[in-house]
Amino acid sequence: MTEPDHYKNTAAIQASLKKRYARETRFKWYGRLAVMTGFLFLFVLLADIIGKGLPAFTQHFISIDLTLDAATLGVSSTPDETELFAADFGAVIKRGLRDTFPEVSGRSEKRSLYRLVSAGAEYELRDRVIADPSLIGTSGPVWLMAHAEAGSYLKGQVDTQLPESDRRVKDNQVAWLDELRDQGRTESRFNTTFFTAGDSREPELAGIKAALYGSLFTLAVTFCLAFPIGVLAAVYLEEFAARNRLTDLIEININNLAAVPSIVFGLLGLAVFINFMDLPRSAPLVGGMVLSLMTLPTIIITSRAAIQAVSPSIREAALGVGASRLQTVFHHVLPVAMPGILTGSIIGMAQALGETAPLLMIGMVAFIMDVPGSVSDPSTVLPVQIFLWADSPERGFTEKTSAAIMVLMGFLIMMNAVAIYLRRRFESK
Amino acid sequence: MSAVSVTANGTGAVDAQAAAGEESAGFDIEHAEATEDFETTGTPFVDNPKMSARNVNVYYGEKHAIMNVSLDIGQNEVIAMIGPSGCGKSTFLRTLNRMNDIIPICRVEGNITLDEEDIYTSGQDTVLLRARVGMVFQKPNPFPKSIYENVAYGARIHGLAQSKAEMDEIVENSLRRASLFDEVKDNLDKPGTGLSGGQQQRLCIARAIAVSPEVILMDEPCSALDPIATARIEELIDELKEKFTIAIVTHSMQQAARVSQRTAYFHLGRLIEVGETKDVFTMPRHQLTENYITGRFG
Repeated sequence: MTEPDHYKNTAAIQASLKKRYARETRFKWYGRLAVMTGFLFLFVLLADIIGKGLPAFTQHFISIDLTLDAATLGVSSTPDETELFAADFGAVIKRGLRDTFPEVSGRSEKRSLYRLVSAGAEYELRDRVIADPSLIGTSGPVWLMAHAEAGSYLKGQVDTQLPESDRRVKDNQVAWLDELRDQGRTESRFNTTFFTAGDSREPELAGIKAALYGSLFTLAVTFCLAFPIGVLAAVYLEEFAARNRLTDLIEININNLAAVPSIVFGLLGLAVFINFMDLPRSAPLVGGMVLSLMTLPTIIITSRAAIQAVSPSIREAALGVGASRLQTVFHHVLPVAMPGILTGSIIGMAQALGETAPLLMIGMVAFIMDVPGSVSDPSTVLPVQIFLWADSPERGFTEKTSAAIMVLMGFLIMMNAVAIYLRRRFESK
Repeated sequence: MSAVSVTANGTGAVDAQAAAGEESAGFDIEHAEATEDFETTGTPFVDNPKMSARNVNVYYGEKHAIMNVSLDIGQNEVIAMIGPSGCGKSTFLRTLNRMNDIIPICRVEGNITLDEEDIYTSGQDTVLLRARVGMVFQKPNPFPKSIYENVAYGARIHGLAQSKAEMDEIVENSLRRASLFDEVKDNLDKPGTGLSGGQQQRLCIARAIAVSPEVILMDEPCSALDPIATARIEELIDELKEKFTIAIVTHSMQQAARVSQRTAYFHLGRLIEVGETKDVFTMPRHQLTENYITGRFG
């Protein structure tokens, strides 16, 4: 090459450099823009959920002077537990409310006065008195759980500028609540009910515990079924099965199963597990079985990929010192593949945790108030609970929906944290 | 059958070079039939063989990778296998402990015996075979476990140690024989993958000898190492031949000349020439061997 050519080339390269760098800069900005857009949406979503859900973690209480006399309760002066169980604590609360606002008269006005206090307050009072019968005959201020609507007013969620007919909290209730608040007889506390109760028709009495336990049980069943079966299937297909038509067919089917809509698994669960095998309806056992069917393909596919990714030199090394194939797989291949297998399993489990459709098919959408005690008790799960609450019109359930989503996300983050911890442990070995 | 089709894993360029070499040698290996009409030059057979191969043919699917190779490996000798890439020397080595079994399309024909017992009968247990015929691979491949565990593993799965003390002894002796012990004795619980390349390869040798094999197969054990590490491994091979029979595949003719007593030259799936190392390198009898060792191809 002659010298003038060199100069020409350098000039040409220099001319193109600016364009090339500009293109690179532009590309970087597209990337940043994409990441920022994603973050923006995530931020908006989280802000919305947290903004709506946070009030659900507090609960208002109203202090009313109550007189726990045996006559109003309808019990003897030294009542036993069964007597107290049937006692009319509602009447005590109603009288206390009437005494606090003596000016209230008329049936409908009284009824709206009674609606300041939660329907659950009398049961709470009953439990308190049963625990300490010496309270009978005493009088004094008692903190009672506010009704969801009264609570929502006290949280400042009710716009009093709206015409009265458009809101659930009426003008007279607003006046009473203002008076109580001015007297320092309202209090906001951390909402323990939300974590200790099951579902309820009353928003202030509804809790997440039943759904949380339902999800725990369901996921436990899913994991116990899907993880060992999935990993064993993957190991067998990857390490032991001959490559032939049959295994090709199985592989294609597994890949296709991963794409089957989840509701189809629900139908299968309904037909096979409930109608044919006669397992209990609405139970985490069946839910877990259905979800494990749904999760299996994911676990098998990711586990196979993880096993495939293990360097063949490790297999050779193990076989070279005389390890059997089984020893090679369990001593060397699986430990190395474990982080990948765990990642896949956690993705599958996270899918299962968020799944609603197949569970609707097997009856886990039922209204269940009791916390399940075993995998065969009827229960619901977090996403279904969210779905049920989102369906309810009461303001109290709207915030509970968001709060339940927060709990679901917390659950998910915990699961991921466990997975990351396990992965680190396997990687460091 | 073309030159390319008979290679197991060779690159086209080398094959072309090799083919060019053949033409100049005036020997038409490409068209020679796989069986009877080709005879290995030199002395493939010895009086006291540890292992012996007779008429071994290896196929990868349709590819005929090893053609009618017969070779003895003597007791306590170091035999080097040399030849251009894709000549089948590694493939042949791996048939000696049935490492090719893990390749589904690989098929082995012929007879290979270890102490006069056929290792390719259906009754032969590959686990036992590989415990008796150990292997060191081209790339150092320690397990992603501690140094101690790496060496102890083979002995543990075969149940060679009855107690922790015995196991410690096996590990220490193996590491000493692999002349690695002094470098790692304070770090036995550190991962084996954290060692340098040369140390890793010596760890792999320690791992192989911890099982007390009778034969050690080495597949280009120094190709990933620097000259200093290579020199140490070569010294080691020299010491190890007191106790073990060693078959080593190498690309380095100097290495073959330094460590081995006998040398086998492979070319395109055939065993061309075998003899005392000094004879093969000083007065090769076959034209192809001469071309190779004088650097005309490969």
